[in-house]
Amino acid sequence: MTIGLGHYLSVAAILFTVGVLGIFLNRKNVIVILMSIELILLAVNINLVSFSSFLGDIVGQVYALIVLTVAAAEAAIGLAILVAYFRNRGSIAVEDINLMKG
Amino acid sequence: MIIQAIFFYLFAGITVASAVMVISSKNPVHSVLFLILAFVNAAGLFVLLGAEFLAMILIVVYVGAVAVLFLFVVMMLDVDFAELRQGFLNYLPVGALVGAVLLAELLIVVGAWAIGPDVAKAITSPIPPPGEINNTQALGLVLYTRYVYFFQAAGVILLVAMIGAIVLTLQHKPNVRRQNITAQVTRGRASAIEIVKVKSGQGLS
Repeated sequence: MTIGLGHYLSVAAILFTVGVLGIFLNRKNVIVILMSIELILLAVNINLVSFSSFLGDIVGQVYALIVLTVAAAEAAIGLAILVAYFRNRGSIAVEDINLMKG
Repeated sequence: MIIQAIFFYLFAGITVASAVMVISSKNPVHSVLFLILAFVNAAGLFVLLGAEFLAMILIVVYVGAVAVLFLFVVMMLDVDFAELRQGFLNYLPVGALVGAVLLAELLIVVGAWAIGPDVAKAITSPIPPPGEINNTQALGLVLYTRYVYFFQAAGVILLVAMIGAIVLTLQHKPNVRRQNITAQVTRGRASAIEIVKVKSGQGLS
């Protein structure tokens, strides 16, 4: 009944898959796609922290901190782009975002 | 040991269940709230792993900042989310196929995994034994010495993100009256008042 590294990696794998599935299922809704990306980054963080803990090396936690920073910056910029886009076009549907298609 | 297993399955189960609810709920506000639940339970998993500092940072940064930002944007944008959900079931077969393949691959990797014998020698910054110093202190000892450039790069990333978000969303409307501090401060007696001699019985015309 002991919880090993494989248990944590399985949780991270399931979370990652749920995030990818969310991108596929909510193809029209940018906000849910951004939330799915957050879930994927959370799965990556769980992987890093569990390897750090089970191998006894703290550098993994330093790296998880960097991933956390990048995730926060990505969410802020993504939502800012979304707000600016909605102000210009009045819609956030993904299939409308094709002005630069040529 | 049994308590640790119980809490692991509790946190892991709630994390995965709320992640599923994030991508499948009809209302995006509910999605954001389930995202918060997923992050709080992932913080519980981090505590079980002995990474308390990251657990608390996860709650502060994600629940306190990112999730509230999401909630703000979802409530601020006037979007018909029911219309955006159309085609949800059309994408389900291919999405489920890709998800199943991905999950199978990841679980095969996790099941067949083994740590190489040389890994123990490659560890550069070992975690100190618990009771000696705590996790926050141990993290700070490597973060501010060997990885100080990483730390400063993270700060620069956050600064760029902050400036970028402000530049993207700030707008100057021409018909909005703004405060002109220079005009207010330099306003003197000569420009502010006008002395009028009023003759008795006539009044101002």
